[in-house]
Amino acid sequence: MSDLHWTELIVFALLFGVVTVMGFVAAKWQRGDTLEHLDEWGLGGRKFGSWITWFLIGGDLYTAYTFVAVPALMFSAGAAGFFALPYTVIVYPIVFMPLLRMWSVSRVHGYVTPADFVRGRYGSSGLALLVAITGIVATMPYIALQLVGLEAVLRTLGFNGSGMVGHLPLLIAFVILAVYTYQSGLRAPALIAFVKDILIYVVIIVAVIYLPIKLGGWSEIFSAADAKFKATPAPGDGILLNANNQLQYATLALGSALALFLYPHSITGVLASRGRTVIKRNMSALPAYSLLLGLLALLGFMAIAAGTKPLINQATGNPDTNTIVPNLFEQTFPSWFAGIAFAAIGIGALVPAAIMSIAAANLWTRNVYKEFIRKDATPAAEAKQAKLASLVVKFGAVAFILFIDPQFSIDLQLIGGVMILQTLPAVAIALYTRWFHLRGLIAGWFAGMAWGMWLLYNIPSADGKRAHFGASALKLNDLSVFGWHPFAGSTLQIYVGVLALSLNLVVAVLVTVVARRLRSFNGTDETNPADYHVDEGDKRVKKIAAH
Amino acid sequence: MPQPGKTGSNFRWSPWNLLLAVPLLWLLTPIYNRTGPELFGMPFFYWFQFLGIIVGVLCTTLVFIKTKDRPGTPAAGAGLDVDDLDEGTSR
Repeated sequence: MSDLHWTELIVFALLFGVVTVMGFVAAKWQRGDTLEHLDEWGLGGRKFGSWITWFLIGGDLYTAYTFVAVPALMFSAGAAGFFALPYTVIVYPIVFMPLLRMWSVSRVHGYVTPADFVRGRYGSSGLALLVAITGIVATMPYIALQLVGLEAVLRTLGFNGSGMVGHLPLLIAFVILAVYTYQSGLRAPALIAFVKDILIYVVIIVAVIYLPIKLGGWSEIFSAADAKFKATPAPGDGILLNANNQLQYATLALGSALALFLYPHSITGVLASRGRTVIKRNMSALPAYSLLLGLLALLGFMAIAAGTKPLINQATGNPDTNTIVPNLFEQTFPSWFAGIAFAAIGIGALVPAAIMSIAAANLWTRNVYKEFIRKDATPAAEAKQAKLASLVVKFGAVAFILFIDPQFSIDLQLIGGVMILQTLPAVAIALYTRWFHLRGLIAGWFAGMAWGMWLLYNIPSADGKRAHFGASALKLNDLSVFGWHPFAGSTLQIYVGVLALSLNLVVAVLVTVVARRLRSFNGTDETNPADYHVDEGDKRVKKIAAH
Repeated sequence: MPQPGKTGSNFRWSPWNLLLAVPLLWLLTPIYNRTGPELFGMPFFYWFQFLGIIVGVLCTTLVFIKTKDRPGTPAAGAGLDVDDLDEGTSR
């Protein structure tokens, strides 16, 4: 702890102090009649306009972990790490129409979570429970990963102690976050997102102009990266994709795009917006963050060209590639600017962590607590329960990082993406049609989930150090259907998520056909076709925070 | 408008929506998995994918503008009250 970087630390602490004050003040920002309702605490009053929504969803989806992990992946694997770009290119056009329907139907019926919608669409608390649990389980490790991002910055600042002392700054930062989220709800991250995103934009724009000039231009950067990858024995890296990982690249981009807006925290950001026009505008405006992400990914190559080395994590003794970007900033920028960059990443961890914990708390409250534990809970009791749940979720995430190897969170995050994809038929397809039978959706969920987990479990890591949950890329050669290998001998790789989703859909279709033949009861739909087109100002929208 | 009640799918379609499929081209890696031609020293692989962002924005923006006055995106509270009230009361 002796080698603290004081200038960076002071800038970091100042900016952190500013957002802390904002977090507490946010409770009074555009306040409604009461905070004791999930519409207010959990969705910020459902009245955010285009700008706030842009900052909020941008701050929500492009997380601190993304900002450190994507460049780290580029640094170690090259082109394969750039999948984040096609992923964010296709995601907005794909979700454009479904999100509008989701917003409208939720606004008419007062849905707060995606599981609320499933509950209304199929009248089944069981299916809604599956969707809610999937959402909570997939979100938890995501929150933990934000801590990984924050800790990468704290370690670069000099807080690289071992044991609990090394984790103390992280713990303090998170306690502060937990308290103001508890008090202000979604308004806190919405307000802080302004600071976070402006800082990130400034840092990245400066970095992508300044660093290439300093390093001798883009061609120098790419040839340095090319030289590094050619020198390594690993076959999968390089500044271009190879014959084996192209399918993986495309399917991972597609699977991630389909999964993104199934995550409860993404839906929370969408439902908090005022109307359909706000969402449509944002589908065109959010890609500005994709541009940022792409440039940021290239920082991984700049780190290669600048000869940056990852920091050794004193808590684990291993080099931590997540420190690549913070280290690059530390090495190339004056310390005051590095401080701003670190604050941008650090605050960048707080915004998504807050929104994710709120989303998970909403799911718990609406689809487990109210549904199964206390059916007569008043809106005020729901809000109280959600606030408590948000604390539990956050400290659960901290415990994850403190007491379990962070690698476990990374594994779980990988698994989480495959898991959340399994809710696609029940959430996204159900927005358009009720053709799928309730039983088909449940059977499909179990089949996709089980197979996806089994496939992931059997994938070793690329370096051979771990036998299970090593990656999300499956060699087609290893694909086995009851012992039959349809692609034996193929070295192509594919993203497990799309395989599991395919099985999910096949099973859902088969069971649906059978269930329809048997005329099995398919639940009650409380939604009307016209509900999916309602906009703000319509007579049928539900009053906000109505009891 | 479809008939009131739950039978109509009420799916509102505009041919402009097809534009939303254009960015899917960026899933076809063989199109851009090459180094040349370079742009400002950046291999084709990288700048072509950056170009994808611009194409995506153009597509979503065009769909937004072109479907603005269609029934798919009714203006707030205006013009559709009769049909909507029918459906509203059928709940």
